[in-house]
Amino acid sequence: MSESEGGGEIVLALRGITKRFGPTLANERIDLTLRRGEAVALLGENGAGKTTLMNILFGQYAADEGTVEVFGRPLPPGRPRAALEAGIGMVHQHFTLAENLTVLENILLGAAPLAGLSLGRGAARARLAALSAEYGLKVEPDARVAALTVGERQRVEILKALWRDACILILDEPTAVLTPQEAEALFATLRRAAAKGLSLVFISHKLHEVMAVANRVVVLRRGRVAGAARVAETDARRLAAMMVGAEVERPVPAPRAPGEPLLSLDKVSTPPSGARPGLRRVSLDLRAGTITGLAGVSGNGQAALAALVAGAARPAEGRILLAGGREAGPGWSPRAALREGVGRVPEDRKREGVVADFTLAENAMLEEYRASPFSRFGWLSRRAARARAEALIAEHDIRCPGPEARIRLLSGGNMQKLILGRALAPGPRVILADQPARGLDVGAVAAIHAKLLAARDGGAAILLISEDLDEVMSLSDVIHVISEGRLSPPFARGEMSAAALGLRMAGEGFADAA
Amino acid sequence: MRLEPIPAPGPARRFGLPALALAATAALGSLLALIAGAEPFGVLGLIAKGAFGSKFALLETLNRATPLIFTGLAVAVAFRARLWNIGAEAQLYAGALMAVLIGAGTPAISGPFLLPFMALAAMLAGALLLLGPALLKTRLGVDEVVTTLLLNFIMLLFVSMLLEGPLKDPMGMGWPKSEALAREARLPRIVEGLRLHWGFGLALIAALLVWLLQSRTTLGFEMRAVGENSAAARYAGMPVERTIALTALLSGGLAALAGFSEVSGLKGNLTLDLSPGFGYAGVIVAMLALLHPLGVVLSALFVAGVFVGADSMSRAAGVPTYIADILLAAALLFMSLAILLTRFRVARD
Amino acid sequence: MEILDILLSATFWAAAVRIATPLIFATMGELICERAGVLNLGIEGIMAMGAFTGWIAVYAGADLWAGVGAAFLAGMLFGLLHGVLTAPFGLSQHVVGLGITLLASAVAAFAYRVSLPQVTNPPKIEPFQAVAPALADFPILGPALFAQTPLTWAAFAVAGLTAFVLWRTPLGLAVRAAGESPEAVAAQGLSVNGLRIGAVMVGSGLMAVGGAFLTLSAFSSFFFEMVNGRGWVCIALVVFGAWRPGKALLGALLFAAFDALQVRLQQTPMGADIPYQIFLMAPYALSILALVVMSRRAAAPAALMIPWRKGER
Repeated sequence: MSESEGGGEIVLALRGITKRFGPTLANERIDLTLRRGEAVALLGENGAGKTTLMNILFGQYAADEGTVEVFGRPLPPGRPRAALEAGIGMVHQHFTLAENLTVLENILLGAAPLAGLSLGRGAARARLAALSAEYGLKVEPDARVAALTVGERQRVEILKALWRDACILILDEPTAVLTPQEAEALFATLRRAAAKGLSLVFISHKLHEVMAVANRVVVLRRGRVAGAARVAETDARRLAAMMVGAEVERPVPAPRAPGEPLLSLDKVSTPPSGARPGLRRVSLDLRAGTITGLAGVSGNGQAALAALVAGAARPAEGRILLAGGREAGPGWSPRAALREGVGRVPEDRKREGVVADFTLAENAMLEEYRASPFSRFGWLSRRAARARAEALIAEHDIRCPGPEARIRLLSGGNMQKLILGRALAPGPRVILADQPARGLDVGAVAAIHAKLLAARDGGAAILLISEDLDEVMSLSDVIHVISEGRLSPPFARGEMSAAALGLRMAGEGFADAA
Repeated sequence: MRLEPIPAPGPARRFGLPALALAATAALGSLLALIAGAEPFGVLGLIAKGAFGSKFALLETLNRATPLIFTGLAVAVAFRARLWNIGAEAQLYAGALMAVLIGAGTPAISGPFLLPFMALAAMLAGALLLLGPALLKTRLGVDEVVTTLLLNFIMLLFVSMLLEGPLKDPMGMGWPKSEALAREARLPRIVEGLRLHWGFGLALIAALLVWLLQSRTTLGFEMRAVGENSAAARYAGMPVERTIALTALLSGGLAALAGFSEVSGLKGNLTLDLSPGFGYAGVIVAMLALLHPLGVVLSALFVAGVFVGADSMSRAAGVPTYIADILLAAALLFMSLAILLTRFRVARD
Repeated sequence: MEILDILLSATFWAAAVRIATPLIFATMGELICERAGVLNLGIEGIMAMGAFTGWIAVYAGADLWAGVGAAFLAGMLFGLLHGVLTAPFGLSQHVVGLGITLLASAVAAFAYRVSLPQVTNPPKIEPFQAVAPALADFPILGPALFAQTPLTWAAFAVAGLTAFVLWRTPLGLAVRAAGESPEAVAAQGLSVNGLRIGAVMVGSGLMAVGGAFLTLSAFSSFFFEMVNGRGWVCIALVVFGAWRPGKALLGALLFAAFDALQVRLQQTPMGADIPYQIFLMAPYALSILALVVMSRRAAAPAALMIPWRKGER
């Protein structure tokens, strides 16, 4: 790739970076340079190797081959401390803030030598105020981080880096958790920082953001540099082609007449949990033969809604109605949900979906072990569990050593296939698919989506919850937007543009807007 | 350093490392012997001989292993469900107390029902004693480690109070001990003439039943799932709180059987030194067995062997018996590390 | 009113402060460990080890303060073992802690028997003396403050120092962060496991000093089982104190006052009718009660008992 563009000294140079995790090659001979005041976007799909590359740069992994130079000096590998001291600041995708400490404490953590006798809170408070003003990043120094919104937390992360006089700021998927409007504010801050001479590396898989922030784009695909271009000289279509390689066909589901509601929420409210809002008088119909998509920035009540449908929670107010208008009542529980034919794919598959140290066979019967043929009079049938696992492995193409292997050995995609297969096996009438494709590779995503569409065509009512607006828009027959625990009315497929949905996600257009 | 999972550990790793842990324990034993001024390797030999070297020694070891199997099972069952029951000592005494309350002096019931009744009453007492901490854990989030530990002290004082009060043997010449059990309240010997009572047989049966329960029944499936990942168990519709409560009942009941078996099979009455820490040793037994119920039998034999062997070695070589406690604690730590390293390798960052 | 008489007696307050001393040391030690994210169930055994080490050092001719230092070092040694096994290796803190308690108690007992094979009556050493006996005649507070040995004063100083270091210094902030969010610590290039090992070592050292108080200040001799559950009580006190040094100190004093009270109540006419075991049970029962009462306001460090492994979330 050409490195001749632009002026300014080279502040960062990665040369020939290669990193393997076991047999998989996460990064292969990657070169990247960054100049003063420049904003480079690192673009690529999930699993393209972006985060690995940045973790190498930040010293959290050591590269197998290749070098990192900062201001012309090589950076010792595998030492975050060295990266920090060289002036690299990183805003992780998952924030690295201690929730029970205050904003100021989080910023001061590790900023001074450990042997010091004082934290110097007074002076620190003044400096923090100055930095906030300079970059337009408003924070409350003595607030506990647990009480902050996601956007505020990100500001703290950026201030943490600025506090340490970072010259190079790396942001890993910074907008994944923001509303479009919060993202705009972030972009403004970043532009201001670049104008002051900071250099930025901005990791994203969203084209329009890249176009909005970066001067230059480097595209990663399957661990290699697939191309590079100046933003001014390219367009979204060409970048997309570089990012994806061969164009992936998104399946377009055939239109279907909406059926009877099989599960409904009727003016349901739930109490807030911690910083997360509860639901506020939410009404929702999940109809036969329909995929209902839930669009929204994470942490706006999706978890509460999913818990209701899954049977993991009961509403504080309002009713859950089952097929034929029966009320779910006070006995609503995971077991009751399963009995009523609700198939569930939980949001966090490792936490709630599987028991990692159990075998595939044991995990395959996790939801049905009490019923025949998996048990009789409390006595388990290992043969039935094994048979079920074998059937799932065959039907869903689960790559694994066999039904008696511990499930922790499987990749996320194969684990998810087992969870979805387990949910589909009893022929559910309602399916909750909470972030079904998050973090999976392209092949697994396609397989999961195909199974969901097949279930829809078979007459199931599906609730699809996803942070990925593209996924929601391409699969859903109707879409609701969730924001601050409120639910929008249903929009039919194609009725709303992504931009219009984005406004809703930011909380606009709700009848009881606060 | 960093730990890297090993997908499919080979047999050298799976069996070599635990063997190494035992070897390290033995090496430590030699070192301690040396410090105590004895012949290092001779001491290990004397321990082995004292534990398994004669019919008398072997029977003594089997007798000592009996309560350890029960407390080991109690801990294994509880730990498997991530219920940290460190109160087996208290539950043991609760069981012993029930045995004495029912079987001492002139029992109110007699005949073939007496012993089963004593055993069941003992189990009930132990079960209820652990149910309290378990409910405090599930209802209020009170850490059960501390509550069960503190209950050990309370229970011992309670037994002491009874032994100096209402349960005191009037013929005991002032010693705090209970009246002796009636003849039919004593567990018979397995083979006439051999000093080994049916408590041992009961322990073996208990181990087998616990193993079947854990591996073949829905309740056992629930106990294991709750222990490995309670969030997933709850999501899958398992009654997590009820499972923990049932686990507590089972665990407490098993530990109480140790007390019943000691009183009814071996001692014939209750004193304050009934258990030289069988409840705490149960933790070692269970961990060395990797919480496997059948493994508990083997590891209880090992632990009992070390105790019995150390007693006899101490008389011969003059090394303090506390060497047994050191060796077992070290074996616990070494073995935990070895088991971890069968599944992970240490890698540089 | 016998209770009132007791509460107004100077010896009662002196006893309360004395009884609190080992608890303060060990509670601060446990608090430091838990603030860094490590539950240290080795406390009971480490206190026994400290009691023995301090005593044997002085018995062998060392200065009393050197005995305290020896105890601290012995505690650090077991803390190092605990820290290494639980932090970088991430073994169960329950199992390791109990293992350390068994190991340390056994080592203390073994070493005692090896060094003094023949004795039947535990030999005594010359213990710490009161700081300022002259001032101890001051009513009520005089004995509570001045009839105490320097170790008691040191215990209060340690409590203050613990609070200062944890809340006012960069190191303390890093230790607390290691117990709240190891990711945040690692992202700053600090070693989570290093901080945890260090905290467990210092904390264990303090536990051992708490044990040493028993032999060097309170009883002058070493007995097996002399720690007698004090370590477990301290774990309850940390919870009762909501992981705050000030509140934990208060908790230790409260507990000790209650303990001193029950000893005195035993000797009253009313106490004579009640089996003494009931009085002895009370402190343990009180600890459980404290746990239950405080459970609603849990403020445990977020990463307590969660081993941290790089690259795992």
